[in-house]
Amino acid sequence: MKSLTFRGGIHPPGYKEATAHLEVEKAVEPSVVFIPLKQHAGAPCQPLVKVGDRVTVGERIGESDAFISALVHSSVSGTVKEITKIPDAGGGEVQAIVIESDGLNEVHPSIKPTGDIESLKPEEIVAAVKDAGIVGMGGATFPAHVKITELKDRKIEYFILNGAECEPYLTADHRLMVENPEDVIYGLRAMMKAKNVSKGVIGIEDNKRDAVESMEKAAKQYPNIKIVALHTKYPQGASDQLVYACIGKEVPAGGSSSEAGVVVNNVATAAEIAKTLRTGMPSIDRITTVAGSAIANPKNLLIKVGVPIKEVIDQCGGYSKTPGKIIMGGPMMGFAQYTDEVVITKGSSGLLIFDEEEARIPEPKQCIRCGKCVEICPVNLQPLQISAYSLNNMMEHAEKYRALDCIECGSCSFICPSKRPLLQSIRVAKAAIAEKKRKQNN
Amino acid sequence: MEERLFVSSSPHIRDENTIQKVMLDVIIALLPATLGALYYFRVNGAKIIFLSVFTAVVSEAVFQRIRKQPITINDSSAVVTGLLLAFNMPASAPWWLPVLGAIIAIVVVKQFFGGIGHNFMNPALAARIMLMVSYTGHMTNWVKPGVDAVSTATPLSFVKGLAEVPSKAPKLFDMLIGNTGGCLGETSAILLILGGIYLIYRGVISIQVPAIYIATVAVITLIFGRFDVYFMIYHLLAGGLMLGAIFMATDYASAPVTPLGRIIFAFGCGVLTSIFRLYGGYPEGVGFSILLMNIAAPLIEKYTSPRVFGEVK
Repeated sequence: MKSLTFRGGIHPPGYKEATAHLEVEKAVEPSVVFIPLKQHAGAPCQPLVKVGDRVTVGERIGESDAFISALVHSSVSGTVKEITKIPDAGGGEVQAIVIESDGLNEVHPSIKPTGDIESLKPEEIVAAVKDAGIVGMGGATFPAHVKITELKDRKIEYFILNGAECEPYLTADHRLMVENPEDVIYGLRAMMKAKNVSKGVIGIEDNKRDAVESMEKAAKQYPNIKIVALHTKYPQGASDQLVYACIGKEVPAGGSSSEAGVVVNNVATAAEIAKTLRTGMPSIDRITTVAGSAIANPKNLLIKVGVPIKEVIDQCGGYSKTPGKIIMGGPMMGFAQYTDEVVITKGSSGLLIFDEEEARIPEPKQCIRCGKCVEICPVNLQPLQISAYSLNNMMEHAEKYRALDCIECGSCSFICPSKRPLLQSIRVAKAAIAEKKRKQNN
Repeated sequence: MEERLFVSSSPHIRDENTIQKVMLDVIIALLPATLGALYYFRVNGAKIIFLSVFTAVVSEAVFQRIRKQPITINDSSAVVTGLLLAFNMPASAPWWLPVLGAIIAIVVVKQFFGGIGHNFMNPALAARIMLMVSYTGHMTNWVKPGVDAVSTATPLSFVKGLAEVPSKAPKLFDMLIGNTGGCLGETSAILLILGGIYLIYRGVISIQVPAIYIATVAVITLIFGRFDVYFMIYHLLAGGLMLGAIFMATDYASAPVTPLGRIIFAFGCGVLTSIFRLYGGYPEGVGFSILLMNIAAPLIEKYTSPRVFGEVK
């Protein structure tokens, strides 16, 4: 089997051995959940319940009028204790509904199967996905119903599922594809029907042979769905790089994948959609990989939305060493946390605990112009130049070197022998350029 | 425990490579030629190598101490500069020549312009050219390999102004193994190529720059010598071409970082070297060519930005 790929990229150590062969376990039932009203890209939801209300599993507790937003549901049955602000895993604070579980897990009466793909109309699939509050579960958390709504003015040829899971440590998608490939295919077929797309492709890195085989078996009876093995190389799962590897098309810089006639979503999103259509249950839990050098027992856990990570860590045997860093997501693009009071949300693909040694930030030295960052940049930027201009506050030059095209994969910072904060300073430039543009437009 | 958590923006993991490791690889790659220099030029070779490396390291430390900057001699880049400078000197050089050269390389060319990564020319080469122009006699007093230090000529001086190799010229085999007159580290093509293979294998340099540089000289000398392959190979093995192409033109700081820029840079080095050798006043042209291309590097870099992924022109 020949593996496909993109230009550039890096080969970080995988660190996946600890959890790659561990079956997904159900996390222990939480006694209290803190469900954020914004777990997605887009407008935050407003609460639909008051303190003291009784809620059941799958009941809608937050919604928004905005098109780009995702509904929020209760993951337990119990009583609303409080509506308050809690630390957000992505930085800052977020409003959350605190629900004390009664341990009964009584399901809301509205939860019933939506129907079979064949009998459902495209609009009905979109509506079901919207009602279930499903978001892109790879970490981008873009509302799924927006992506699968058919556009009249644009023809989409391919629906691509991201099963690359190129971030080190993470094995949640890997286990999903091995243990539940049928749901991934079912969800993909539903999305293809909703969006009126004829061809489906699932891209998987070739370090997951068992996942490739399992998906191939499940896709056998659908000739319009192709499983593609991809080189194990970071950032293979970045949207544009994935599209290029799978179908050889370049998404225009600054444009969306649909301009190349493609829609991309994550394998976990597809499985979530399948679950919703089959059972009616909205998006209230997800598979999260818990790993890192300072966690006692790394695991792949099916965790309810709103569970504080402290409880998750306890369930994995607690800290094996003094923790130095807690990361939500993968080590390349995830967010470092200042507290273990943040909660699992729809986008939590990973929860990593680093020991102090692994967490230590190396001291940056002078740039030696080795050009490694230029060689590996998957979008062909010159990170050293953008970074130097950014650090000297010469943002118009940083813009000329196309800082805005940076996908923030972090490969440049990773590869730099001088340990320079390349991506970190490029982010500063991007923010400054975006700010300037906003001012100009006003 | 919350107080003790590190919070930083992604990525949270880094490659294990460091500047020290890169420089150590370059030193390892220079070892075969260093041993060759010691074998061929004995005590004189050892003396020059020691003085050059020692002065380079000390002058970097002293300069940084005076400027109250962090002292960075631990990164070993001064050792590399010192070694390369020694490689560019004849074995007969008096003791003060490598000392003066190392000070020029480290203080004037490297530190005056901002230290590691900011030298606009290759420090060792710039120092060599300065010494060459200022002390031409000392810098061109070549000796035969061996204990006796008998005066001799370099292989390139035999073919100066000619389009063929005269019969009294050194044999190709001697030039390959380094048994000929010339600078300490440039005489043995095979030992330098060995080091080059190591650098490419370790990913410190890519094969592009040396390959294009050498190939360009090969093609031009082949045409100039009316397709005399012997003349061409003679030129490839003679003088500082291997040393320059493998270790000097690949200097990170003074070459372009863009892929196309590196190709143009290497091609320019090859063209200039050939022109200087075949038509210039000096027998050798490697040093001048690389320095001239060093100066052109920022300009080349500016106009060779790679096409951004998905960019629509």
